[in-house]
Amino acid sequence: MTVLSSERLGSPADLEGKRRQWRERSRSCTKRVRVCIGPGCLAKGSLALYELFNQAVAEAGADVQVEAKGVGCHGLCERGPIVIVEPGEIFYQRVEEPDVAEIFRETVVGGRVIERLLYEDPDTGAKARTAQDIPFYKAQMRIALGHSGLIDPTSIEDYIALEGYAALAKALAAMTPEQVLAQVERSGLRGRGGGGFPTARKWRSCRNAPGQPKYVICNGDEGDPGAFMDRAIMEGNPHAILEGMAIGAYAIGSSQGYIYVRNEYPISVERLKEAIQQAEQLGLLGQDILGTGFSFDIRINRGGGAFVCGESTALMASLEGRPGEPRAKYVHTVESGLRGKPTNLNNVETWANVPAVINRGGEWFASIGTETSKGTKVFSLVGKIENTGLVEVPMGITLRRIIEEIGGGIPGGKAFKAVQTGGPSGGCIPAEHLDTAVDFDELTKLGSMMGSGGMIVMDEDTCMVNVARYFLNFLHAESCGKCTPCREGLAQMLAILDRITHGEGRQGDVERLEELADLLEGTALCALGKTAANPVLSTIRYFRDEYDAHILQQRCPAKECRGLFRYEIDPEACKACGLCLKDCPVDAISGGKKVPHVIDQGKCTRCGTCLDKCPFGAVLKV
Amino acid sequence: MTAQEKLIETIVSRYDGEVGMLISMMQDLQAESGYLPVDQLRRLAARLDMPVSRLYAVATFYASFRLAPKGQHEVTLCVGTVCYLKGAGRISQRIQEEFQVEAGGTTTDGLFTFQAVNCVGACAVAPVMIVDGKFHNGLTPESAADILRSLPAQQDAALGEDET
Repeated sequence: MTVLSSERLGSPADLEGKRRQWRERSRSCTKRVRVCIGPGCLAKGSLALYELFNQAVAEAGADVQVEAKGVGCHGLCERGPIVIVEPGEIFYQRVEEPDVAEIFRETVVGGRVIERLLYEDPDTGAKARTAQDIPFYKAQMRIALGHSGLIDPTSIEDYIALEGYAALAKALAAMTPEQVLAQVERSGLRGRGGGGFPTARKWRSCRNAPGQPKYVICNGDEGDPGAFMDRAIMEGNPHAILEGMAIGAYAIGSSQGYIYVRNEYPISVERLKEAIQQAEQLGLLGQDILGTGFSFDIRINRGGGAFVCGESTALMASLEGRPGEPRAKYVHTVESGLRGKPTNLNNVETWANVPAVINRGGEWFASIGTETSKGTKVFSLVGKIENTGLVEVPMGITLRRIIEEIGGGIPGGKAFKAVQTGGPSGGCIPAEHLDTAVDFDELTKLGSMMGSGGMIVMDEDTCMVNVARYFLNFLHAESCGKCTPCREGLAQMLAILDRITHGEGRQGDVERLEELADLLEGTALCALGKTAANPVLSTIRYFRDEYDAHILQQRCPAKECRGLFRYEIDPEACKACGLCLKDCPVDAISGGKKVPHVIDQGKCTRCGTCLDKCPFGAVLKV
Repeated sequence: MTAQEKLIETIVSRYDGEVGMLISMMQDLQAESGYLPVDQLRRLAARLDMPVSRLYAVATFYASFRLAPKGQHEVTLCVGTVCYLKGAGRISQRIQEEFQVEAGGTTTDGLFTFQAVNCVGACAVAPVMIVDGKFHNGLTPESAADILRSLPAQQDAALGEDET
């Protein structure tokens, strides 16, 4: 944790003074190494790199002025760990521990670029020196991710040096709550958590609701599997969330905020805690913020590992120390939420957008995006895609540009099959709709939804029936069990999908699924149940032929469902090495030295061990 | 005051005894004890003046709570969408078959507790398994089983703190 060199800031002018001071100090050090310690790079061991750079800085002595910094996510996780050297913004990728000494000696001290560590375009072979030279970054635009990748997320001084808390100061000192609301309204900002509800309308309803105290909540229970946008923001730019919440609280008339972070994200909790402490120390949170008389506290709660807690009423139940079961929303949470008081809940990314809206104005924000979807959206672009990572794009960009231009297409020369958006409640969008614009309403029309921003790419090897089964299995396990349609309906749908993927599907199963889906949508208590059938419905809508192949021919076209395809050994490719033969658990493989091996289909249990074992790719799925 | 009573007191006062922080208190208790011992839950319930059944409801609702001691090692396999697409289902199956352990359970020799969780947010390096806080990326059923086979059995149960 950074030791703060400063006392409480008593006024907006104090904040400006500090900003100048910290900016000067930052400028005085011209050489800097930024090591990404975002989710992807961290999992690839970037913390060790950061420590090695720090060691190198310490050993270099006082005559070389260098700073090593751990920063948030750069986005291009596929090429992590990423290290950027200033000046010149030299972008090094796939950096390993032995590279540290060389980077320090050559680039940091010597000013020479190490070609070997630069990004190389897989198509043209061209080397990119900076992030801006990489196609992945060209179509992107960063607002919510903003300073992630630039600043040390554990340093409030870094954040303040880059306009941090200027929006809060502006709101408190120069704007009335009504003016703040008007700016947010003009921006057209809609909730980034999935629902897409207009943020300003929610704030206003909460402000106007009778009852005190009022609460604001940040939903950091990023439960959608395959999504890590919010994690990256919480860990890469935590102060933006705190600042956004404080501005929202001022507009709404609240003095107490909560951040609910999912249990699987311990680092997010740590970063946010540290950020809150620092902000309190400087008087940017707590009593009488910047001497303006406005007070606001934030507390962090950890989730317990329940997906349904991303639903607002379930989250509030959890905040009250109860099992996270949703309630019917005849009365909205803005009127009666946490402890029965007016409560405004927004998602991490929504809050992180607020400072930019206030700093640069609602008009500016509204100039980005489409008619009904303004600003940018962060997506985690994952699955069968070349450039796995985190991307932030202006609304209205087509799915095709995200997948082909930014994502670099599908690896291994495979064909694109579908992109799944919206998490477990979303849907699968096929190739013929790739030119659709990313927009709340457009995605809904396709039977999917924007959701919180998971974007999972699937290729020809993915069985769409199995994908539907996967999501349903997930939701069935996560259903809280309070309402019957969700608890029992999902169990029935899962049983049908189970038998289809096991080759025991019956005529009329698809219609039975549709019937149950209809029932769920109409009668389930909360959004989890109401939208649970989306993955099933969208795969039936676009991939009906795959369902039919499973049911009518007991065949899995993608060759994924065990038992619905066979393994065979290609005698031409088989080198008769004996590896598969030795490891086959049921001794179904015969053959000898220099005799190509053969699988006895009668004995084979289709476990796939031979496929994993074969070093020559001679085992085929047919 | 016994050490156990003291622990409950420390945890409760950490949150000013606020009932709304029950889940955080139980998480702290689990972090200290490795699981939620029933006698400690009784103490906590009495201290907060609420029925034990309410704590039990919370403990069984949320996947992260454990009512039995964990194994010497903690193995967390991600079965989120991306990991699943890239083979986590087969890895899970392999682990369950080879080590005779169900998701959420502990091996009979107490070597490791196996958990399957939905997405740890490291989709870029899928499929992922976390063993005692260390990430293992890009796994296959084979490499995952290799890692678990080489887990050292420890004589005393004193394990290091979770690292991330």
